[in-house]
Amino acid sequence: MKNWWKSGDPWIWLTAASVTLSILAVVGLLFLIAVNGLGHFWPKPVLEADYESSHLIGEIYDQETVAASQLAASGLTFDSDRVTRYLLKTGNRDLFGSDFHWLIADQFKNKQYPKDLMVIERREWGNFYGYLVAVKENGKVISEGKAAWNELQKRLKRTLKIYGWIREIEKSKIGSINASLEDLRLDKRRLELDHDNDPKKLAAIETQKAALLARSEKFNKKLRQLYFAMNRDSLTAKVMDGRVADIPLAKIVHAYRPNAMSLMDKIQFYGMKIWEFLSDDPREANTEGGIFPAIFGTVIMVILMSIIVTPIGVIAAIYLHEYAKQGWLTRTIRIAVNNLAGVPSIVYGVFGLGFFVYFVGSNIDEWFFSTALPAPTFGTPGILWASLTLALLTVPVVIVSTEEGLSRIPRSIREGSLALGATKAETLWRTVLPMASPAMMTGLILAISRAAGEVAPLMLVGVVKLAPSLAIDAQAPFLHLDRQFMHLGFHIYDVGFQSPNVEAGRPLVYATAFLLVAVIIILNLAAIWIRNNLREKYKALETA
Amino acid sequence: MSKIDISSIHRGKKTNNFENETITLKVEDLNLFYGEKQALNHINMQIPQRRVTAYIGPSGCGKSTLLRCFNRMNDLVDSARIEGKILLDNNNIYDDDINVADLRRRVGMVFQKPNPFPKSIYENVAYGLRLQGINSRRILDEVVEKSLKGAALWNEVKDRLNDNALGLSGGQQQRLVIARAIAIEPEVLLLDEPASALDPISTLKIEELINDLKSDYTIIIVTHNMQQAARVSDYTAFMYLGELIEFGDTSTLFTNPSKKQTEDYITGRYG
Repeated sequence: MKNWWKSGDPWIWLTAASVTLSILAVVGLLFLIAVNGLGHFWPKPVLEADYESSHLIGEIYDQETVAASQLAASGLTFDSDRVTRYLLKTGNRDLFGSDFHWLIADQFKNKQYPKDLMVIERREWGNFYGYLVAVKENGKVISEGKAAWNELQKRLKRTLKIYGWIREIEKSKIGSINASLEDLRLDKRRLELDHDNDPKKLAAIETQKAALLARSEKFNKKLRQLYFAMNRDSLTAKVMDGRVADIPLAKIVHAYRPNAMSLMDKIQFYGMKIWEFLSDDPREANTEGGIFPAIFGTVIMVILMSIIVTPIGVIAAIYLHEYAKQGWLTRTIRIAVNNLAGVPSIVYGVFGLGFFVYFVGSNIDEWFFSTALPAPTFGTPGILWASLTLALLTVPVVIVSTEEGLSRIPRSIREGSLALGATKAETLWRTVLPMASPAMMTGLILAISRAAGEVAPLMLVGVVKLAPSLAIDAQAPFLHLDRQFMHLGFHIYDVGFQSPNVEAGRPLVYATAFLLVAVIIILNLAAIWIRNNLREKYKALETA
Repeated sequence: MSKIDISSIHRGKKTNNFENETITLKVEDLNLFYGEKQALNHINMQIPQRRVTAYIGPSGCGKSTLLRCFNRMNDLVDSARIEGKILLDNNNIYDDDINVADLRRRVGMVFQKPNPFPKSIYENVAYGLRLQGINSRRILDEVVEKSLKGAALWNEVKDRLNDNALGLSGGQQQRLVIARAIAIEPEVLLLDEPASALDPISTLKIEELINDLKSDYTIIIVTHNMQQAARVSDYTAFMYLGELIEFGDTSTLFTNPSKKQTEDYITGRYG
């Protein structure tokens, strides 16, 4: 026993155990969020059953086993100690008020999964469950019974196509006209501020404005026609309590019959739903639809942050390590930099709000965007301030790792360059900095990891629940640094804790979390790939 | 231990006459301090042109420090302070108006451990020229070839000039570093124990190379190895505890030293 202890084996076991524990924790976490998040998009069977005196249609969303005593408070008594209950998603919020119900599993009677049960994903009011009765055009029944389903799919395709056109016109065409109108308004305001009453200029603005309005009217007319065409069709369907509902096709995203789907259909549907999640805008207070703006916002913010933090951190590190006279001052600065890395991020958020948004931003507005006042341009939270705040938050890690990289360059390499008649600056640029570039990338990787997961400071300096437009789009100047943006981390918080429909949002919390992890991993892998290429190129450190 | 049998090493070499030499470098009353500690003590000597001058002496005697004074490498040491003069073509290299980068272009240096840059062989040799703003492919090609031939490395690397220099063996790396130094055609070449990290065959090659380079460059070499000093140098200086004890023709110094300390050292009584 004593020998076993002395041999160091227990120590090896202990170290191995902690590695195992760490790996299990990470893999377990990823597995949990992946299963919970990605399972949500799989089309679940829809159940039809009798429950007490009523008739139910819905998806079994969740189930749990609870102590009978827990339910006794609501006046229910059971024979057994433990009771299984289902969370049934009945949908049809517009008809029934709520769309989730906890129900006792044992009391479901006549459970069945009819093949012609239909699920409709709507743009408003969440899912609809029921039986298709008829398809109507302008209120007249076109098709009934079995044939109605195919007719519905055909007409739905047409409606979705028109919907796409409408979105296209509203977003890009009307959007750009509105942007031009706003520019004209600012031009006019500028003339006013300059006390420039030149009637020629004013007239020019008015003509341009009239032309724009005429174009806008043309599009509006077109839109009215399209809306009219889109609203042509509707369907009627019977819901679980026998009522018949009328749903315009314009409000439908998908209509499908999960109980009739084959495995291939389900896989196809699943792929489509995943793609929709990645590429679409959110709907219904973020509890439905996709999260593309949040992915985009996160990535753009991290890239902007990297562009800002790398030069600042690297240059600061170069000065500290190469030029500054080493002494108590540089030591103090290093300690301060390291401490800065430990300051809670919300403090950075407060600083960013006070300094960047209120001070720098409002001054910029006064100097350069005075025509738009009192509406702020940069004097309000936006993606630029968010990126700057995060750059400030992560600059210590870049400084520390760059300095580490610089101190690892062998003295002999520097001397070799100097001995060939290079000045200190030439030695730095031609030899030292390229060799230290992998270390800079390491710093950037750490910065990205920290910044991409940060939420608290962003809530103060630029993140919003729903951003109407992306930070990069087709309108000049293409990159809109003043815009607010959506962020995956904040999206998780919003859907999970601020959502009006908690049950509907829960799987999206997992899915978004999974996606956030994936985005961070991808960003990191990109940086690591660059670093490894640089390392390969300057591998002197390992051999010298 | 008896005296080194200098006659066998020095076969065929004549005794040099210092009076006939042209002088490239003059050291005048040079003192060097590391903080409080004096590392070089009133050094006075003259380095003849296109000859090999060797410094020998026990570790810590200041021979490397003195060598690094010739291209002002000691400037990099914060605590180092220098008094006195070193004249290169009658200009004091420690004058305020001297451009150190220009000086180092005229006085090249090869270090104890090979220190190629993590670049291609070609770029290593071209480094000094690129620093001077020479980027013409034609000129660079020419100089790279000439320098690598000059350093007796051309035949070994001519087919892989774009490979990373770190892939070369230690001996090849050291010759590459010499090629890099002679590519900018310095007047003086400082060699700081250039063969101490190499195997015997590479050492032999380096020594042969030094012999060839002598016709174009003034060479100053620091070495631990007395046989090496005897083999390659025309003049030898013996240093001890920061002082120049004896300086003269190599054969004379090894066979008939005038100072007791020199004799003690070369006969192995200490060191």
